[in-house]
Amino acid sequence: MDSTLDVVLRLVAVLVVFLVLPLVVGQTEHKVMAHMQGRLGPMYAGGFHGWAQLVADGVKFAQKEDVVPAAADRRVFQLAPAVALLPYLLVLIAIPVGPHGFVGEAVDAGLFFVLAVMGVGVLGSLMAGWASANKFSLLGGVRTAAQLMAYEVPMLLTAASVAMAAGTVSLPGILDAFHWWWIPWQIVGGLVFFTAGLAELQRPPFDMPVADSEIIFGAYTEYTGLRFALFLLAEYAGIVVLCALTAVLFLGGWHGPMSGSLGWLWTLVKTGLLAFVVIWLRVSYPRLREDQLQKLAWTILIPLSLAQIALTGVVKVVIS
Amino acid sequence: MSPVPGRGLAKGLAVTLRTMTRRSVTAQYPDAQPELPPRTRGVIGLFEENCTVCMLCARECPDWCIYIDSHKETVPPAAPGGRERSRNVLDRFAIDFALCMYCGICIEVCPFDALFWSPEFEYAETDIHELTHERDKLREWMWTVPAPPALDPAAEDPKEIAAARKTADKLAAEQAAQAQQAEQAQAGTQAQADDGTQADSPQAPQGPQAEPPQEGDA
Repeated sequence: MDSTLDVVLRLVAVLVVFLVLPLVVGQTEHKVMAHMQGRLGPMYAGGFHGWAQLVADGVKFAQKEDVVPAAADRRVFQLAPAVALLPYLLVLIAIPVGPHGFVGEAVDAGLFFVLAVMGVGVLGSLMAGWASANKFSLLGGVRTAAQLMAYEVPMLLTAASVAMAAGTVSLPGILDAFHWWWIPWQIVGGLVFFTAGLAELQRPPFDMPVADSEIIFGAYTEYTGLRFALFLLAEYAGIVVLCALTAVLFLGGWHGPMSGSLGWLWTLVKTGLLAFVVIWLRVSYPRLREDQLQKLAWTILIPLSLAQIALTGVVKVVIS
Repeated sequence: MSPVPGRGLAKGLAVTLRTMTRRSVTAQYPDAQPELPPRTRGVIGLFEENCTVCMLCARECPDWCIYIDSHKETVPPAAPGGRERSRNVLDRFAIDFALCMYCGICIEVCPFDALFWSPEFEYAETDIHELTHERDKLREWMWTVPAPPALDPAAEDPKEIAAARKTADKLAAEQAAQAQQAEQAQAGTQAQADDGTQADSPQAPQGPQAEPPQEGDA
């Protein structure tokens, strides 16, 4: 009975985090992007510096009509937003927040689980693109698939490098084995992982699947109302998950001064800083072309991640 | 291209980060009024006391957005036994701001300084017909017309002051001439016996008398 309550509490906590953090990231994006462009961003909703803008947006989305195109594959079309969003919720369960079992559920093959489930999220876009019966949507969906193919490889390779260094694929296990000098040791891997993650989330400058100047809004062109909002929420949930994962794998997660009592804060701070970088990159860089995207993945990121694995292996052999 | 690879990428990030730390340039318009330059073309104000219903503005208006109605009134003669005068009285003066293209030709062309630019701009309406504003509204906008901007430090005097000064100079010169004449007349009476100065005394007053017309021509 006690363990059931424990599980329920953990799941509720994960759900709350899942519902709150993406909105916080979204609001931060509103404001940071505005100020980076010399604007103020939302100022009215909620009274104080537009803090409730995303709540207002949510209300607006909920009021809109839910349209399914006549020629669309109805069931797949309606299911796609859930497929895009739910994997990130599942991933969040396995991400350790603090020391001593401060985690939704400690999965033994945590790293494996996390990367596998994150890949499922992209299927949502693919389903949406295929089921919309729209050429632009299909192009967007296919671009998503190509991007997933290209960027999953460096992501997995660099994650493997960390797993090699720690000698385990359990996320809490990786954190337990962490030392500060892992950061310079794995820095190339971290950069590659973060970049590849951005590309997998289709965040600018890697947002060709939704390139609005070319293919309207890619796979999400036909979506309206709440289902469209779910896709947007999936994007921001993806940012949270990617940043948390990068923080855990490459920046030491809860490690930091006073990590015994404030470990969760360190995880949050690192995740927040990385989320800021995600927004920063979006504001600063223009979108890559589709072929440049593929070139970046296959000719730069994959060789770099292979070099990282080699370096990890050599150092591991030398110190053992 | 750049000596260090990735230098351009870092530069881009630096630009956005620097912009973020600066104050944003957004003006919170409904909460904070904009500071408009005095010659802003916001709306056209009518100083109807100056209007003589000459219709020049309405005729010059490229899109015919000025409506003027008037009637004639007779004014009793100024002096008894004189002729009655007639005068135009303005009945209606309206500008359709849905048509107006803010060219300002009416203001340029008005010979009596009855039309002015005002920086006032908050007169949006929900119905396009309500954008035709009548003379009372146009007269009210006159209160928002700013004083004309000061002249440049080295600029010529404004026309009015130049004309007034010219008249004043003329008057002063005339008075000086009269004074001189009077003096010389006095001197002449004293030296009447002297024949040699007789030829000079009529010439002397002629000089200053001839000068004022010359000034007037210039």
